[in-house]
Amino acid sequence: MTEPIAERRRHYLNVHYGLTSWLFTTDHKRIAWLYLVSVTFFFFVGGLFATLIRLELLTPQGDLVQAETYNKLFTMHGVTMIFFFLIPAIPAVLGNFLIPMMIGARDLAFPRLNLASWYIYILGGLFTLTAAAAGGVDTGWTFYTPYSSIYSNTHVAVTVIGIFITGFSSILTGLNFIVTIHTMRAPGMTWFRMPLFVWAHYATSLIFILGTPVIAITLSLVALERLFGLGIFNPELGGDPLLFQHLFWFYSHPAVYIMILPGMGVISELITCFSRKRIFGYEFVAFSSLAIAALGFLVWGHHMFVSGQSVYASMIFSLLSMLVAIPSAVKVFNWTATLYKGSIAFDAPMLYALGFIGLFTAGGLTGLFLATLGVDIHVHDTYFVIAHFHYIMVGSAVMAYLGGLHFWWPKMTGRKYPENVARLAAVIIFLGFNLTFFPQFVLGYLGMPRRYHIYPPEFQVLNVLSTAGASILAVGYVLPLVYLIGSLRYGAIAGMNPWNARGLEWQTPSPPPTGNFDVTPTVVEKAYAYESLEPEILYPPGGRAADA
Amino acid sequence: MPETAAAHAHHFDDLEQQHQASWLGMWVFLASEIMFFGGMFLGYTIYRTAYPQAFADASNHLDVWLGTVNTAVLICSSFTMALAVRAAQLGRPKPAILFLLLTIVLGAVFLAIKFTEYYAKFIEHLVPGGAFVYDDALAAAAEIFFSFYFAMTGMHALHMLIGVGLLATLIVKTARGRFSADYYTPVELIGLYWHFVDIVWIFLFPLLYLMGRHFG
Repeated sequence: MTEPIAERRRHYLNVHYGLTSWLFTTDHKRIAWLYLVSVTFFFFVGGLFATLIRLELLTPQGDLVQAETYNKLFTMHGVTMIFFFLIPAIPAVLGNFLIPMMIGARDLAFPRLNLASWYIYILGGLFTLTAAAAGGVDTGWTFYTPYSSIYSNTHVAVTVIGIFITGFSSILTGLNFIVTIHTMRAPGMTWFRMPLFVWAHYATSLIFILGTPVIAITLSLVALERLFGLGIFNPELGGDPLLFQHLFWFYSHPAVYIMILPGMGVISELITCFSRKRIFGYEFVAFSSLAIAALGFLVWGHHMFVSGQSVYASMIFSLLSMLVAIPSAVKVFNWTATLYKGSIAFDAPMLYALGFIGLFTAGGLTGLFLATLGVDIHVHDTYFVIAHFHYIMVGSAVMAYLGGLHFWWPKMTGRKYPENVARLAAVIIFLGFNLTFFPQFVLGYLGMPRRYHIYPPEFQVLNVLSTAGASILAVGYVLPLVYLIGSLRYGAIAGMNPWNARGLEWQTPSPPPTGNFDVTPTVVEKAYAYESLEPEILYPPGGRAADA
Repeated sequence: MPETAAAHAHHFDDLEQQHQASWLGMWVFLASEIMFFGGMFLGYTIYRTAYPQAFADASNHLDVWLGTVNTAVLICSSFTMALAVRAAQLGRPKPAILFLLLTIVLGAVFLAIKFTEYYAKFIEHLVPGGAFVYDDALAAAAEIFFSFYFAMTGMHALHMLIGVGLLATLIVKTARGRFSADYYTPVELIGLYWHFVDIVWIFLFPLLYLMGRHFG
């Protein structure tokens, strides 16, 4: 190249300027940014609802909000966080940015469809925000009938239409990922050379395309019932409300795996990079993602143990739910085995990854409590359930999202984030999270039911602990928002591969050019070939922590 | 590659890869569609099992002859669609446009007959909701039957409408010479979609019109 050095390198961020260059982009990396900004917005909106919930629960009386308002708060918290943050967060931000780069492609298979899915997501989000602004919805994020279809006087129809619309954004994203992974891998990028992040997203995409349409049709039936007085789920008109629960959980349990599987993919990348080792048992970790996706479709009935469904159905669902523990445990054991005798560095992404393993284990094991029929009867609809799924969704999925965001931040922006502040934030989030949600395990076991704005005074100490933890957690979440934005201007230039990571995305400049690679790479080795790094990178004098 | 060949989008290596991606994309989409309709089929099956008598009775209020004619119309439209794809494959725009137009006409005939049926149900107070009238003890379950009837055939009709719109875009593109024997992927894929919508009807027709019907 004979261009003058003074000329700035063209990359995806500076190739065009102006708002329209973002709003009409078809570059998967720019669309990832559109999603990043929007899911961050919804995360803090959902966080605001959570803040009000925790403040109300500071005291046993209902002194901040009344019961009706409280019902709306936990509903809007759940709807926002699940449908507008957790489900799109890792796939649509990190997956969108990374999948084409990781397999050596220039873009996703359908770039315009990718942009369309963002607009669909925003349209659905606007519906839901409109419902929230107009007075909210109070059914719980589960929209159980007949309360949602007949009795609730809140904005159920607008909210479910918003979720219906957003569902198509998930379907299109999943479709795009599946097709891209099948047809656009670079020469030499065989299925078993793909990063496990890609496998995890493949499994997630299967759930997107097979599960999401079911919730779409279910919620549209609820909306039709509300608008036209149909009786499909209304027992007074001969309908069956349990059918709604079956259809709802047929999607919404797999949706939990939509939230966690991409996070597991992130963790596989982080653990290998920061322990400088190949993943232990690549094929097992890859297939465990598919196993989780497949088994996830067979366990929905464990949400309905006390609904009056057949006890034999419950027994089968209980057994099948326990089977999910096997692929989940495969992952945890294999990550741990990967750490063994690794050259471990405790950079911020690794702190998130290690936190993930611990919190996911706690969340997963308490899931086994809930899959056990007898125990579930005792703790059903208590704070034990709340604590359990927050360990999975917040303790695991959000930790993985933040870990991944930090890890690939230099690739996305070309800048480094401040490492020490980031480590501090990771520790604050870990501590704040546990202080928030561990007391809820105890509260639930003692019998405090979910979805009430008042509680007996003897539960106050644990609730105060939980609220205190939530305020620490809030600090931990605001910190990255501040220093990551700051790093856009003040961060050190990252270079192509600041972590000395393997993987194709690190073999192109940061930020990458619009087409990702100047020359389509040819893959000659398996993923995570860390043993081929130079010894001084693998084992730096004075230990890996010293080079940070 | 000769300059006259259709260009592939910049992010694909060649036309073959682009064709494979589009083709797989449509099949994945149709898999998603199966699950979408599947939710309603499941609900219908469950209530059919729960209220066999009411469902059989209610299905006798549907016009089986109009349903049969519509089935024939739709199968013919699948045939003309297949001919359109074949014509596109051979690089013959004129017959392709003709068969696409025929497909649209048959689709429109189907929709016209469907809306005639809807109108008849409206007159007979068989549309679920406040105005539903059904004069015996089976009323509640019959209303559920008609809820599924309208939801399922309505969703099917919506898919038909979208299909007609897509076919219209194909006609415009064919007339502008966008397709050739080397590149006719959109015709093929929208053909797949059209056949899928037909197959949904092939299941809807016996479930809604024929099961439990007593003739004569």
